[in-house]
Amino acid sequence: MERRAAKDSGKLGEGAQWGNNAGELPSRRRWFLGVLLGTGGAVVGALLSVPLLRFVLHPLLSATTTTAWSDVGKSDEFAGITAPVKKLVTIEQRDGWRKIVSEKAVYVFRGKDGQFGVLSAVCTHLGCSVPWIAEKNQFICPCHKGIFAPDGKLLGGPAPRAMDRLDSKIEEGILKVRYQYFRQLVPNKEVIA
Amino acid sequence: MNQPGASMNAEPGKAAQDRIAGADRRGPGRLFRWLDARTGIDSLLRHALDEPIPGGARLAYVFGSGLLFLFLSQVITGVFLALYYVPSADHAHTSIAYITKEVTSGSFLRSIHAYGSSTIIIVLLLHITQTFLYGSYKGRRELLWLAGCVLFALMLGMAFTGYLLPWDQKAYFATTVGTNILSEIPLVGNAFKRLLRGGTEMGTLTLSRFFVLHVFLIPACIFAFVAIHVYLFRKAGAAGPIGENPAAAKRPAEAFYPRQLLFDLVFALVIIACLGVLAHYAPMDLGPKANPAETQYLPRPEWYYLPIFQWLKYWRGPAAVLGILVIPGLIALLFAFLPFFDQRLERRPWKRPVAVGLYFAIFAALGVLGALSRRNDLRDPGVAAQLRSQREEANSFMKAPFEPELARSSLAAANVALANPLGAKGKAIYEQLGCNSCHGDKGLGTAAAPKLLGVGTKYDSAKLAALLKQPSTAMTLGGMEPVDLKEEDLKALIAYVESLK
Repeated sequence: MERRAAKDSGKLGEGAQWGNNAGELPSRRRWFLGVLLGTGGAVVGALLSVPLLRFVLHPLLSATTTTAWSDVGKSDEFAGITAPVKKLVTIEQRDGWRKIVSEKAVYVFRGKDGQFGVLSAVCTHLGCSVPWIAEKNQFICPCHKGIFAPDGKLLGGPAPRAMDRLDSKIEEGILKVRYQYFRQLVPNKEVIA
Repeated sequence: MNQPGASMNAEPGKAAQDRIAGADRRGPGRLFRWLDARTGIDSLLRHALDEPIPGGARLAYVFGSGLLFLFLSQVITGVFLALYYVPSADHAHTSIAYITKEVTSGSFLRSIHAYGSSTIIIVLLLHITQTFLYGSYKGRRELLWLAGCVLFALMLGMAFTGYLLPWDQKAYFATTVGTNILSEIPLVGNAFKRLLRGGTEMGTLTLSRFFVLHVFLIPACIFAFVAIHVYLFRKAGAAGPIGENPAAAKRPAEAFYPRQLLFDLVFALVIIACLGVLAHYAPMDLGPKANPAETQYLPRPEWYYLPIFQWLKYWRGPAAVLGILVIPGLIALLFAFLPFFDQRLERRPWKRPVAVGLYFAIFAALGVLGALSRRNDLRDPGVAAQLRSQREEANSFMKAPFEPELARSSLAAANVALANPLGAKGKAIYEQLGCNSCHGDKGLGTAAAPKLLGVGTKYDSAKLAALLKQPSTAMTLGGMEPVDLKEEDLKALIAYVESLK
């Protein structure tokens, strides 16, 4: 009972201060203050949510598409080759805080101009792994008999385009390649990862 | 009940109705009335904002809402940190290093969260001290005070469980010591320690348990007790200044809105600004990954556990129970049940010399213990050198670029070729024949054919050889062709296939 009385007396004091009966000014002030606080709160809240948003959007903001260069081997090793040579390159993919290391097959060949070229072993038709058939001097896909020349040019079969040439360079005597995946079943090379 | 609110709602005056009608033509007023008719938000807001404060708003009353604000900040930053954190002994440290070193704003958010826990302890102590000095626990507020004590304990629990989660050296060893203390409790101590650790030793199960406590159980309890605490507070009413009768306030009251709310908001702004500056200029560090084999490491708890840490040093042997359990337990009980002992309505601190004296004696003792702990560490050259080298290790780890963790599957497959020459030869044949075209690199499988992982445990070598030479009907239908190889090449291929797991 005492408590109730205290509350009531409190309310009375408040009523007197706010003057509900005295006119509309206090009420207007109350609204104005509310709007002011609401706006201020929204601005501060927006400011505080900036780091949160950046944190969530990290995977979209950071450039994850840059593919690293992998070593294929010493360039001398390929100096005398007459036919495409199969090499396994180690590629590293980042998956958040993990890295996944895998090996991918590539073919090193020498073009007519004597320059090295590197081909992805993934068939442009359905993604099978294409072996080099030395006796026929051709790449022949075991899945659907797609046939490619030593430089990857399409010679026959269901494949829509030549074998995919990968970016390569020689640095300090090491042949390096940038391994990428390309969309299958389309006539033009399109990078997918 | 709520007089100003009620009088405003029911104001029958013509002028007021005109005013409301006038406001209605404008958008916001109309929207608000629409919302109110469906939610009763107006009376809810009034109930929240018109809380009467006897004697008026004061800066001294800001700590409670400051704590609420800090707790919400911890919840929000915590949820966001969980986007990247992994609670496993294998990955926890890497994922925190990733958050700290790579993720945009990651170090900042983690620092806000980590420093936020210390800030909560500080503001909690201020809140308790204010309540104690003002005698605001008096006048039928026993349960309100008790709920606050439970919240205090829960917050300390949050700090203790959260400390382990980064799984770095200091987290690991501090928690090892922290949980070891439990085994000093007679009879149930060891069982309790094992329950908390999920085994006799610290390990990945400990981390899971601490994670569940930190992220699910304790926060749920905190939400519940905050609700109870706030409800009991509103039920009892604000106690007002020290001259006020705590059971029946007599001074004219001022509503919570707007002045007290402004004070509270300013305090919240000051807190978040300080945290932001600290997090930006002195981000929380992360040490090297926990190494249980390390024997040199000197664990030191967070500053708020230092007094207890020092206190426990004095209790060894059979008397330990006294120091670890009995004395702190008695003090905690005395503290929690204070309003039951101290029933007088007198609130002025200078008229309560025993209670106030005891309160400050305990805090002074804690302060002295903390200072002693620091002094001992600085005075002992061996300890000081070790602590310095631990700090340097943490610093150099922080400076090193982020090192991603090698995924297990790729490790295992990479090792096969190195470990077993026959398997390595088999791997070459597997790729030469184009087996990987359909069964995938390392037998991981593709859309065209199933994976081969574990096939070696399903069939023995002879059966595998037979199946390779002459595939079953189901296999043939799936596109599998017979493998024609020399005997030794077939053996190598089988060795490789068997190694796929």
